[in-house]
Amino acid sequence: MSDMSYVRSEMLPERAPPASSVGVIGWMRANLFSSVLNSILSIVSLVLVVWLLSAFLSWALSPTWSGTSVNNCRELSGGGHVACWGVIRERWVQLLFGFYPPEEYWRPMLAFALLFVAVTPVLFSMISRRMNWVMLCVVLGVTALYLGGLAGSIAGLALLALGAAIAYKALSTDKDARAAEIAEGAKRLPNPLIFTAIFPFLTPWLLWGGSLWLPIAAALGFVLAFYAYRYLAAVLGSLSGLILSVIVALVWWLFMAVPFGNAIGGIIPLDLVQVASRDFGGFMLSLTIGVVAIGCSLPIGIVLALGRQSDLFIVKTLCVGFIEFIRGVPLITLLFVASTLLNIFLPPGTNFDIILRVLIMVTLFASAYMAEVIRGGLAALPRGQYEAADALGLDYWKAQRLIIMPQALKISIPGIVSTFIGVFKDTTLVSIIGLLDPLGLSNSIRADANWIGLIWELYGFIALLFFVFCFSMSRYSMYLERRLRTDHR
Amino acid sequence: MTTTTDPHQASFRLSMLLYDSRYRSMTIQIIALIGFLTLLGWLFSNTANNLADLGKEPSFRFLSEPAGYDINQRLLEYTNRDTHMRAALMGLLNTLLVAALGCVTATILGVIIGVLRLSPNWIVSRLSAVYVEAFRNVPVLLWIVFTMAILIETLPAPKAFRGETPEATMKLFDSVAFTNRGTYIPEPLFSNTLGNLHFFGESSLRFDVSLDLILLAVLFFGGIFASIKIKRRADRIQEQTGDRPTTWYWSLGVIFVPTLIVMVALGFHLGYPELKGFNFKGGIYMRNSLIALWLALSLYTAAFIAEIVRAGILAISKGQTEAAGALGLRPNRTMNLVVLPQALRVIIPPLISNYLNLTKNSSLAIAVGYMDITGTLGGITMNQTGRELETVLLLMLVYLAISLTISAVMNWYNESVKLKER
Repeated sequence: MSDMSYVRSEMLPERAPPASSVGVIGWMRANLFSSVLNSILSIVSLVLVVWLLSAFLSWALSPTWSGTSVNNCRELSGGGHVACWGVIRERWVQLLFGFYPPEEYWRPMLAFALLFVAVTPVLFSMISRRMNWVMLCVVLGVTALYLGGLAGSIAGLALLALGAAIAYKALSTDKDARAAEIAEGAKRLPNPLIFTAIFPFLTPWLLWGGSLWLPIAAALGFVLAFYAYRYLAAVLGSLSGLILSVIVALVWWLFMAVPFGNAIGGIIPLDLVQVASRDFGGFMLSLTIGVVAIGCSLPIGIVLALGRQSDLFIVKTLCVGFIEFIRGVPLITLLFVASTLLNIFLPPGTNFDIILRVLIMVTLFASAYMAEVIRGGLAALPRGQYEAADALGLDYWKAQRLIIMPQALKISIPGIVSTFIGVFKDTTLVSIIGLLDPLGLSNSIRADANWIGLIWELYGFIALLFFVFCFSMSRYSMYLERRLRTDHR
Repeated sequence: MTTTTDPHQASFRLSMLLYDSRYRSMTIQIIALIGFLTLLGWLFSNTANNLADLGKEPSFRFLSEPAGYDINQRLLEYTNRDTHMRAALMGLLNTLLVAALGCVTATILGVIIGVLRLSPNWIVSRLSAVYVEAFRNVPVLLWIVFTMAILIETLPAPKAFRGETPEATMKLFDSVAFTNRGTYIPEPLFSNTLGNLHFFGESSLRFDVSLDLILLAVLFFGGIFASIKIKRRADRIQEQTGDRPTTWYWSLGVIFVPTLIVMVALGFHLGYPELKGFNFKGGIYMRNSLIALWLALSLYTAAFIAEIVRAGILAISKGQTEAAGALGLRPNRTMNLVVLPQALRVIIPPLISNYLNLTKNSSLAIAVGYMDITGTLGGITMNQTGRELETVLLLMLVYLAISLTISAVMNWYNESVKLKER
């Protein structure tokens, strides 16, 4: 017996994994063909996908963009079951703007661009303050250039130059250097949230036209209330100050705002051509209703949710009653109320605009759903958070503002956004009460002798419009959830 | 020695209503109540004034007046000489019909898609994700109108079924006809029928129930009940002796044999739709509006249900499955005994609220002309009688009643499956 033994003294180099478990083949083996059943499923799905895609492509890729009627499309494409895109070319403007006067299209478009500028500081914290102002300058500058004329061109160029200057400065200083400058007391640009606050007053004027002084007068009510509160709260205490300042604002709005607006409007007219509500239509109408309902329903929903969670019996009962009632009936019945009953509920002789009535009802509807979502967030907060806020000696509103709401809203983000998406989708219901949103318009287009029998092109286009907005909203909510995630994992 | 000090008896001052937390909540509530009542009173007085100006006294008498319009899809017998009340009842039944059909198909489809979305198979899970996103992000009204348009434009007209070499043929062994007017399916008929039970005489609520169907239903559900008893007994024997008696043929027999015997005795047969002249006769006629609404609502709601099912299954921590495996349970027992009971607790409440949404969305029937309660009471009845206030109020009450019933069921379920902690 020899005592020879062989022990390897150095490590072998790692071998490459077998070719069947890496790369494309490995991935396919793991994800598509891991078992017999999976293989069958994969093959069936692949066949389905190929079949759907080939059917779709051979339908969609048709040279009918210039078609002027269904028959013309058929001649252009040489027959067969293919798309007739001519209807989209001819009607897409109408599907977007309804019967809004064409020479005023810049107004809804500007309002739409300004919407993005206004929500950016709220939605995207990574975009710096200066870039927000750059966006505003660019949007306004381009609009001024488009409107043309001597004044427009000069103003447009000036705004663009200003934007370029701010952008140059913003891009040439890096973040840390800027922070140091600010620490040394360099002047900062004003907070872009100022524009976000102005936006709700500016947009109705852009869309409906009329005198700019009326929205300014309405905004002045808030300013008055704010200064009244600051002054009165110092003199009389916060609660009395609050009540009195609300009264000041109400008095202003009810009795003084309109005469004030008219008076100044008589001296310095800042008028846009008025556009009647019945000319509103298309996707612009959906967006208007959606944005207003979304914007208003969040604060109202928070108040309702707090009311529902409160210890005050009567307040709680009222809120529960309201929420359950609205959630128990379909939106269409509320729209019936808007179209037929709301004028009956108001003082005799009031006859206000159908879009405004729809806005009110859709907002109420959305608020009730929002309240339930936020209540879920409030209920999910651990009891300790409320007790800790009490222990710190915070009063109710301070506790809500600093401790409860930030956490509750964070928990409810997915619910809030899916409510937003739901409300936006539900704006299509206005077609049932005769407003011309994209679906309402599609009925008249389908009845047009030129375009009779077209379904896929038309509904596909409308579905795509809604899909883009709803899908980006849901993606944004996922992004927001990731950004606000504070737990450790 | 103890000294007691009386609590300081502060005299009541008016400012304490605002600044003393003992009274403040009272003050706020009373102000809220007064505000609410004022608002309500204001609305009421406005309404009364406006209605008086229009010369319309609020009254529900129109309900007993003849409706004068036809309802083309209905579950009970109805003619245009019947009252508005009966028209509304037909509408309500139609609403419930489409809601029930929709809930069943949406659940089946939703569960399948939700499970497929969790599949390890990449392409299958992607496809289900595409389905979910496509249906969730497009308005349901668009799906309804779109489905309706497709049915009308692509299905053959009844006249295409005529002639020696027809362009279209009936499907499923010549039993079902899909046409652009609607779908005809076979109807159950009994040659030795027991007759009908008639309720409520000649009133607006009258209805007939077929005794044959009642008998069959009683036998069938009695059979299911008996089979549950058999299973319990087998469980008991298994616990006592360790051996489980074979029971499946007993269970099947007790469910199906009596039902089948009675069916034969009653002379059960199917009445097939047949082409007579320009249209089909016989069979059950489902209009395209019903099919479109049913299909679109199911497909749309299925996308939401799929997400709920997925979330429910993902909510069960992996430790549960692993623990079940460590106990030696086989995969299907793990699913039935460990994962599903816990997942259902997460799944059922949002599922029921989606059923509620489906029921409310069925009010969009009015867009395709399906005569549900919104189409009858809130549509034609409202337009014919001009009683907007009363009809909308009734309409809301009906939906509210449906919603509250469903919520009550949901609360009852939540209570019964709640984790019993401490």
